[in-house]
Amino acid sequence: MSTAPTYASGKVTSSKRTSTGRLGWLVLPALAIFVAFAVLPLFGVFALSFSSWDGIGAISFAGFDSWRAVLTDPGLPHALWVTFLVIVLSWIAQTPLSILLGVFISGSQRYRAVLAVLFFLPLLLSAAAVSIAYKALLDPNFGLGPGLNLGILTQDWLGDGTLAMGVVIFIIAWQWIPFHSLIYQGAIRQIPGSMYEAAQIDGAGRVRQFFSITLPQLKNTMITSSTLMVVGSLTTFDLIFVLTAGGPNDATRVLALDMYLTGFRANLMGPASAIAVILVVVGLVLAQLLQRLGGRERNSQLEGA
Amino acid sequence: MDHNRASRRSFLALATATPLVATVLASCGDSGPGGAGSGAATDWILSGQPKEGIRQTAVDDWNEAHEDQQIQTSAFQNDAYKAKIKTAIGAGQAPTIIFGWGGGTLRSYVEADQVDDLTSWLQENAAVKDRLFDAAFAAGTVDDKIYALPTETVQPIVLFYNKKLFDQVGAQPPTTWDELMALVPTFNAAGIAPISLAGQSRWTNMMWLELLFDRIGGPELFESIYEGQPNWTDPAAIDALTKVQDLVRADGFITGFASVTADSNADQALLYTDRAAMMLQGTWTYGGMKTDGGDFVSAGNLGYMNFPEVAGGKGDPMNAFGNPAQYVSVSSQASQEQKDIALAYFADGLLQEKEAEAYITEGGEVPIVKGIDAKFAGLDDEEWLTFVYDLATNAPSFAQSWDQALSPTQAETLLDNIEKLFGLAITPQEFATAMNAATAS
Repeated sequence: MSTAPTYASGKVTSSKRTSTGRLGWLVLPALAIFVAFAVLPLFGVFALSFSSWDGIGAISFAGFDSWRAVLTDPGLPHALWVTFLVIVLSWIAQTPLSILLGVFISGSQRYRAVLAVLFFLPLLLSAAAVSIAYKALLDPNFGLGPGLNLGILTQDWLGDGTLAMGVVIFIIAWQWIPFHSLIYQGAIRQIPGSMYEAAQIDGAGRVRQFFSITLPQLKNTMITSSTLMVVGSLTTFDLIFVLTAGGPNDATRVLALDMYLTGFRANLMGPASAIAVILVVVGLVLAQLLQRLGGRERNSQLEGA
Repeated sequence: MDHNRASRRSFLALATATPLVATVLASCGDSGPGGAGSGAATDWILSGQPKEGIRQTAVDDWNEAHEDQQIQTSAFQNDAYKAKIKTAIGAGQAPTIIFGWGGGTLRSYVEADQVDDLTSWLQENAAVKDRLFDAAFAAGTVDDKIYALPTETVQPIVLFYNKKLFDQVGAQPPTTWDELMALVPTFNAAGIAPISLAGQSRWTNMMWLELLFDRIGGPELFESIYEGQPNWTDPAAIDALTKVQDLVRADGFITGFASVTADSNADQALLYTDRAAMMLQGTWTYGGMKTDGGDFVSAGNLGYMNFPEVAGGKGDPMNAFGNPAQYVSVSSQASQEQKDIALAYFADGLLQEKEAEAYITEGGEVPIVKGIDAKFAGLDDEEWLTFVYDLATNAPSFAQSWDQALSPTQAETLLDNIEKLFGLAITPQEFATAMNAATAS
């Protein structure tokens, strides 16, 4: 993914005249779909954020009313904070484990391939199904804890703010670590074996090899994986909606959920659109920051490292 | 770069193509449920047995008898329906017959001119109105005009209790608030949760507040709030809010109630599995306890009573809260032909004797038909049905649940604050101030 820009600004330059002249039209269908389903709705949402609409009646212009309402609502900083927590905690929970699992399943033994398939199972389930299952398992009266008579498991998992946040992070990690492991596995297999051979000759052990070769070589992959994690966490909605509905007491009310509840529960489409715009801006800024982070020394990857 | 020029050109091409795409998309919509193409009236019903089958049978019977006035049904899950109907109405694609719960949501439809005024039709067809509970019409009325015809069943909120557990600790069902508070330590000492509560669902918590407001301040208290007066800070309101928090602090509700949900019927399960002694819930839970609770209901272990009175309170202890009925309206966007079918169906097809009896025998619920109690004799649920019928018809005031009565915007604010009140995250005073601010805006 991250090598694409290098390619575009490099080799393509010589043949660009012919390629844009004739083949440029091939972009049109994709562009049309992008404009129709991404750009236009985005403008629509932006326009809606300056209006007052309950979703049923007429839409009327309301100036900055919605923005004022959203920006002065103490719910916004709280939702931003909760969203930030989910992003950071789920990154911390997922990244180290994903890399280690990726290293593990990148080996060629057959049992690793079998295990990799098993790891992958959570990804096949929809977030809603996963949430419903966990909700049943964590029920303080009829769940796993009381069922097995295990005191430790019998907690008010979703009724206590801190615990509920922990559960959300755990389920996100449980579901998405396999996916990120797969990305890392692919990247690790791309690392030339000659580097490890050279390291071995120099007398570097496995741990040293991991920190001196594998980890630096995974930098771009980490950026890609982290971008996916951050943007994914930012828009996490279904899981939290089903699991806690933002509760208890707004403890897990992330921005995306806040937007939904404002728009479709409270019928305030204007403020909900304003929150949506904020969500888009935050997402773009975060994605850009992550790209910058890894962008500088893109050419020093692989052999030159 | 050259790329830019190409994209600019394609942008122009796209701009000219957009109206075309838009018309194509728009014409797709015409064949949707609200479309006038077929001439048949459309009716969206809720899925979930036994009611889905009862509703469907009523329409099927109608269609069989009226070949030229057909009604097409589509069934949706409760929560999915609530989201879908709003979007459909907003997009002008509503079904001919709009099913709902009256109150604040109906008001928003009326303000957007989406439903027809049925007042004069009901005057012409007085028989339709006269056979239904009088109290059921209030929530279908906006500014003295009736926009929704009540149908189906009456669903007051009642205090259920587990007779087995009351016998076990040698206690009597509470007739006053003080007695209820006194039961809390008794049950806790016996290792039984005094009250089952599905706190994550939030409207379940609201029922406790509704009835405390009524018993302490009388129905006038909430009515004045509903009319827009900032009476959440009224001493009676503060008293009710404080009493709820007292009950939370005394461990009246089951431990971990904030993570119990009503849509999974977990609160009912706590009652019939002998883990909790009492539960304040709507009468719609009776059927669930009967089917899922083993022999709990049939063995006579389920007790029920109206909410206890509060000493010195203004409200009549016979007052009721809940759903006075469910409602059907006619979409103003429907064709005249469709409207005629809907009204003819309202007059002669909806909630007729067969449908009403099915609610009694299959659902254990009381249809909103006057004198229907004559049908209860000899049934398994006779005692229960009579209790609900008497409660609903004798109540000096039968108020609609707050979240239905208020506009969706206010209801959402209310439920958010109620969750915090029960979570002891805010004080009664803070709750009242926040709600007054929300009512004013």
